[in-house]
Amino acid sequence: MTDVTTGLLPSGRPNADETAKRTKARNAAEARFKLYGIVAIAIGLFFLVALLFSIITNGVGAFQQTFVKVSIPLNAEQIAAAEKSVVKTSKYRAMIEAALADKIMAAGYKTEFTDPRKLGDILSSSAAAQLREHVLANPGDAGKTIDFQFLASSRVDGYLKGRVTRAALAEDKNLDAGHLDLVDQMKADGTVVKHFNWDFITGSDASDSRPEQAGIGVSMLGSLFMMLVVLFLALPIGVAASIYLEEFAPQNRWTDLIEVNIANLAAVPSIVFGILGLAAFIQFANLPQSAPLVGGLVLTLMTLPTIIISTRASLKAVPPSIREGALGIGASKMQAVFHHVLPLAMPGILTGTIIGLAQALGETAPLLLIGMVGFIASNYPDGIADGFLHPNSAMPAQIFEWAKRADPAFYERAWGGIIILLIFLAIMNITAIILRRRFERRW
Amino acid sequence: MKKFLLSTAAAAVVAAGSAGAAAARDQIQIAGSSTVLPYASIVAEAFGENTDFPTPVVESGGSSAGLKRFCEGVGENTIDIANASRKIKEKEIKTCAENGVKDIIEVRIGYDGIVFASQKDGPAFNAFTPADWFNALGAKVLKDGKLVENPNMTWADANGELPAVEIAAFIPGTKHGTREVFEEKVLKQGCEDSGAMKAMEDAGMSEKDAEKACMAVRTDGKAVDIDGDYTETLARIDSNKDGIGVFGLAFYENNTDKLKVATMSGITPSTETIASGEYPVSRPLFFYIKKAHIGAIPGLKEYAEFFVSEEIAGPKGPLAQYGLVADPELAKTEEQVANEVTMGSM
Repeated sequence: MTDVTTGLLPSGRPNADETAKRTKARNAAEARFKLYGIVAIAIGLFFLVALLFSIITNGVGAFQQTFVKVSIPLNAEQIAAAEKSVVKTSKYRAMIEAALADKIMAAGYKTEFTDPRKLGDILSSSAAAQLREHVLANPGDAGKTIDFQFLASSRVDGYLKGRVTRAALAEDKNLDAGHLDLVDQMKADGTVVKHFNWDFITGSDASDSRPEQAGIGVSMLGSLFMMLVVLFLALPIGVAASIYLEEFAPQNRWTDLIEVNIANLAAVPSIVFGILGLAAFIQFANLPQSAPLVGGLVLTLMTLPTIIISTRASLKAVPPSIREGALGIGASKMQAVFHHVLPLAMPGILTGTIIGLAQALGETAPLLLIGMVGFIASNYPDGIADGFLHPNSAMPAQIFEWAKRADPAFYERAWGGIIILLIFLAIMNITAIILRRRFERRW
Repeated sequence: MKKFLLSTAAAAVVAAGSAGAAAARDQIQIAGSSTVLPYASIVAEAFGENTDFPTPVVESGGSSAGLKRFCEGVGENTIDIANASRKIKEKEIKTCAENGVKDIIEVRIGYDGIVFASQKDGPAFNAFTPADWFNALGAKVLKDGKLVENPNMTWADANGELPAVEIAAFIPGTKHGTREVFEEKVLKQGCEDSGAMKAMEDAGMSEKDAEKACMAVRTDGKAVDIDGDYTETLARIDSNKDGIGVFGLAFYENNTDKLKVATMSGITPSTETIASGEYPVSRPLFFYIKKAHIGAIPGLKEYAEFFVSEEIAGPKGPLAQYGLVADPELAKTEEQVANEVTMGSM
């Protein structure tokens, strides 16, 4: 071993030069690795920011809506005549259009249109229903002139938000550029106003002809009822199953098999649970279609493995000395578990449950199969039983439905819905983090 | 708003266990064609506003899927109405009857045009004939007098007057009723016009086999089946400037800022040309009612009557405003619905 050229000392260890070189190489490798890590994080952050930016820029418009102020003289005879016809709203519509035409004449706006029907195109078709609702609720108003704020049609709204241009209206039969000239004049003197629209957050879904009226409120209730079902079924079942498996069950081939299956179940695609739900709950058990109860049951199946796995992990994290101490002073096994182990594991269990619920809240695929996607979230449920059994949609299903409708105005609402859904998910995840931080104990 | 807060509060207070026994269904349930969905939802909304009945629930999923659910049987957990963008088939009527759905009321609500549109700034696809589409998309076409596997790679290969860009057609998938109309009125027609049908028959095929061969679409990726809705087709066209898609007239009219429509055999699609029958690619739209549910589900007959009333489905109603071509024989349909005339009893 006298060959010095290899950089080794006669003792077999590297000489100083060689050591310095190797140290440098190792340090460089470490610096490179750090750099890769930072680049990875930067890429992740970039995508997150890009995603949030596109969601917010696309969706924030949905929270603002354009309204047109019109005063309508309510005439008892006209109302009585309208109530006698089959399509009552079309008669109310005529009253609104006449009032709007009068207003335009009186204010001296310049417009090429003279037909009240044509002028009425700037109003949403929901205006007639709004008027009728007011008339039915306030019969004493007959004979008075009442000020109303009606939704503007989606294209007028799109124009004020910059989505609809004059050029785009050239081939559009719903609105003409002449309407936009009128809207410009009405906006200048405050007849057309744009303000925050609570109805987007609390309202019900609307048909394809009036995207301006659609809101996510009813489907939010649908999601709420589904989450109640998931919470009240998945939490007790999941916790009971995990306590048994973790604390009482013997370790044998059967429990091993169950464990493997629970882990597998957690990885099953959610649409499979939808097919199962359709077959088991609707076709076999005859539960009603499109009902949040069924949606909740399906999502319970999906959430159970998540809850079981996280509960078992937090039970495992409780040190055996606690159990042994309790057993040592004469507690029964059940007392040891319920008085000592479970309370200590609770923060972890709740965290797991909240994350499971958040997952279930954002799930769409299984709902497709049990009839919760479509024009469904149109009625507020009357009461609790109705809330569970009445057809309803859910937030992600509603967003999906909006995204596939023809009118581009629905697209904006889909993004707006995503913002609301994200806010809910963020709240749930933050709660989970706070719970874990405050109550978690380390041994 | 107030209602919303009330039901939220109520829901939060009471626990989930109190759901109780399933109450009798008081809401009409409808499923089926995604082409009919916008019309059905407009009517459902107006029906809820104008009557004391709750707003019916309308799901989509395609004509075939809807009719399949319709034929599952009679009872509260089956749908009451199936929307369809094609006529119900004999086979489906048979399945229905086997499952106890014997009396079906057929209601024709109007007509819908099928249009061919491409990106607004894309190549100049301004005029088509059925034969162009057959030559571009047929599985076997006539080339120099011989039937061969479709060799056409660009639209100019199919018809020299069309732009020389790669064929990329987005057509409705087989679960859509629109596909059938496309096959019947475009591919089959084009097959006859281009002489391929005659060549097939001369080659010894029976008429039925020849028709079937005419309607077969090439499978080398030039024609893409879209199983989703028209928004999916629109997204594909948005990202492919040479792409051409098949849309419903109403969808096109809502997206005139992104799409440009082509004429078919020289006729521009519009509600007028479709109503007069000049525009060749149109089809009737239907919905089917289970007669057994009338009386059991509140408001079912009222909904059907409301739908076909002149003020709703007529040429001046909200459906025509959205893009439906009103049925000139609407009064007759109205009468049939009022008398609950079932299929087969006429």
